[in-house]
Amino acid sequence: MAESIEVDNLVKTYRMGEVTVQALRGVSLTIPKGAFVAIMGPSGSGKSTFMNILGCLDKPTAGSYRLDGVEIGGLNRDELAEVRNKKIGFVFQNFNLLARTSALENVELPLLYNGRANRDGKERAMEALRSVGLEGREHHHPNQLSGGQQQRVAIARALINHPQIIMADEPTGALDSRTSVEIMGIFQRLNREQGISIILVTHEPDIACYADRVIVFKDGRVKSDRTTSAPRDARTELEEMPASEIGEEEAAA
Amino acid sequence: MNQIVPAVQIAFRALRVNKLRSGLTMLGIIIGVAAVIAMVAVGSGATARIQEQIQSIGSNMIMVIPGSITSSGIRLGAGNAVTLTQDDAKAIAAECPAVAAVAPVSRGGAQVVYGNNNWATSIQGTTPDYLAIRDNQIAEGQSFTQQDVESDAKVAVLGKTVVDNLFGGSDPIGQVIRVKNVPFTVVGTLAPKGQSPMGQDQDDVILLPISTAKKKVLGVNQANAASVGSILVQARDGSLMSQAEEQTRALLRQRHRLQPNQEDDFTVRNLEEVFSAQESSARVMSILLASIASVSLIVGGIGIMNIMLVSVTERTREIGLRQAVGAKTKDILTQFLVEAVTLSLVGGVIGIVLGGAASALISHFAQWNTLVSPTAILMAFAFSAVVGIFFGYYPARKAAFLDPIEALRYE
Repeated sequence: MAESIEVDNLVKTYRMGEVTVQALRGVSLTIPKGAFVAIMGPSGSGKSTFMNILGCLDKPTAGSYRLDGVEIGGLNRDELAEVRNKKIGFVFQNFNLLARTSALENVELPLLYNGRANRDGKERAMEALRSVGLEGREHHHPNQLSGGQQQRVAIARALINHPQIIMADEPTGALDSRTSVEIMGIFQRLNREQGISIILVTHEPDIACYADRVIVFKDGRVKSDRTTSAPRDARTELEEMPASEIGEEEAAA
Repeated sequence: MNQIVPAVQIAFRALRVNKLRSGLTMLGIIIGVAAVIAMVAVGSGATARIQEQIQSIGSNMIMVIPGSITSSGIRLGAGNAVTLTQDDAKAIAAECPAVAAVAPVSRGGAQVVYGNNNWATSIQGTTPDYLAIRDNQIAEGQSFTQQDVESDAKVAVLGKTVVDNLFGGSDPIGQVIRVKNVPFTVVGTLAPKGQSPMGQDQDDVILLPISTAKKKVLGVNQANAASVGSILVQARDGSLMSQAEEQTRALLRQRHRLQPNQEDDFTVRNLEEVFSAQESSARVMSILLASIASVSLIVGGIGIMNIMLVSVTERTREIGLRQAVGAKTKDILTQFLVEAVTLSLVGGVIGIVLGGAASALISHFAQWNTLVSPTAILMAFAFSAVVGIFFGYYPARKAAFLDPIEALRYE
């Protein structure tokens, strides 16, 4: 497998008034295409900073980050926006959907910024919604959807431009356990069937177990980086779940 | 273009979400634009009215009056000399190429009697060309003719005020009135002209052939039997006014045998010059009114800026999200700029409509002509767009350069 993400001696420092905070103190690792990686660590460990840099939302202070062979540190604001638009899909803990805007239009949003909205935007958005199991709810507004459904809309939005990587920042943080398993199921399916790399930030070890590889951060450095021999499989778990344990998906349906 | 259409849609949606707030913000622009439109309409109405009055005096008209005379060291006022004659008038008509028509006028006041009614009015002895020069129309009957002037015919043309006062409702044509006890047959009436720019009633007048007027009514000046009170000269064209003035002056100096070192014994007045001063003062007035009104447009613009800043802060997370999914600096800038311009343009259009309505009301209740010109509408529209761009730019820029991480984290 080709290397998708190459990080070499990555350093990020913030100035907060007089104090300089070292969020990342030299991180080096590679993530191949089609990987499913969980990033863990206590708060302040630098995992969010690392995630922001991988997601091209932030630039490193020193060191190199190459995405698909392109050095991200050398790009300007608008070039970064273009990379995010084309290669990266974001899923957030609090969904970040536009209120008073239908699911369909939320999913179409990234198309607005690469001039594809007018052509086949509707069909592509419908297709993305279908792939996360939200067919028939395209005209619902976020406040008419359950948390799990909102997160599915967010995943559909992340998928619309056929990204290489999905960056998921605590995607199950606001969801109950069964819905969390469902969301992880979607990620596993996208990873296995479409070869999309998933990079998942979480502090729940249960959730990290769905990934093939778990990287733990501490004090701005990689503390451990291990491959999971037998990751949890969301689909089989869902099938085995007792009927009494009805998740909110069914309740809302 | 494919950037603008979705931006406008987003802008309208954002503005609909906060209807009351958008409405109040627009109110500033609405009031500003309406005030500008109404004030300009009032101003141009005044200008149009003055132009109308200038037209009513006569088109392209120059007035020649005799100069002053000095008698025993006492200088009498202009117009007292008896140096202008009917022959001068004929000579001007014949010899000045820039002149279209000439009418000598002798005027005075007289009591006019018809049946039981009498009325004191102004008598103008003149020639038929007078009507053309003063833009006077015959309402009924006809004018007297050049032949009437030559034969001292006792015929009269009456202004509307005189007709109303002497005849009430009955038909004056063919009736005989007495002017200073001399019977005159009414051959025609004048169409009403209303007030002169000086506020005189231009319809309170009787026109007589100049020959008859002098011999029978006004009396012949002992010093110069051929003298006239004034000569009205009409230039061939508005652009030939100063030429006609020059030619008239030169001819009269020559005819009056004035040496180069002597002053004119007559005065040539170009009335349009006098009234164009009035016109330009009306224009200055309307510019002044419009500039005062445009202050409220600027205040409205500040309102837009204020609300856009609030909107940017409120929607920080939305901006962060848009940036995360690939919105470039110019996308965010365009979105907020379009929103501000939409506010100001919608406000501008409503303001134009309101301003038009306001000026209609003003002209209805204040009896004052107003004129909503397309130029004013276009200017108001353009100005509100400029206000939107100017006051929307800073908030939009602020939004466009937010840090996406900070924006996404904003609570």
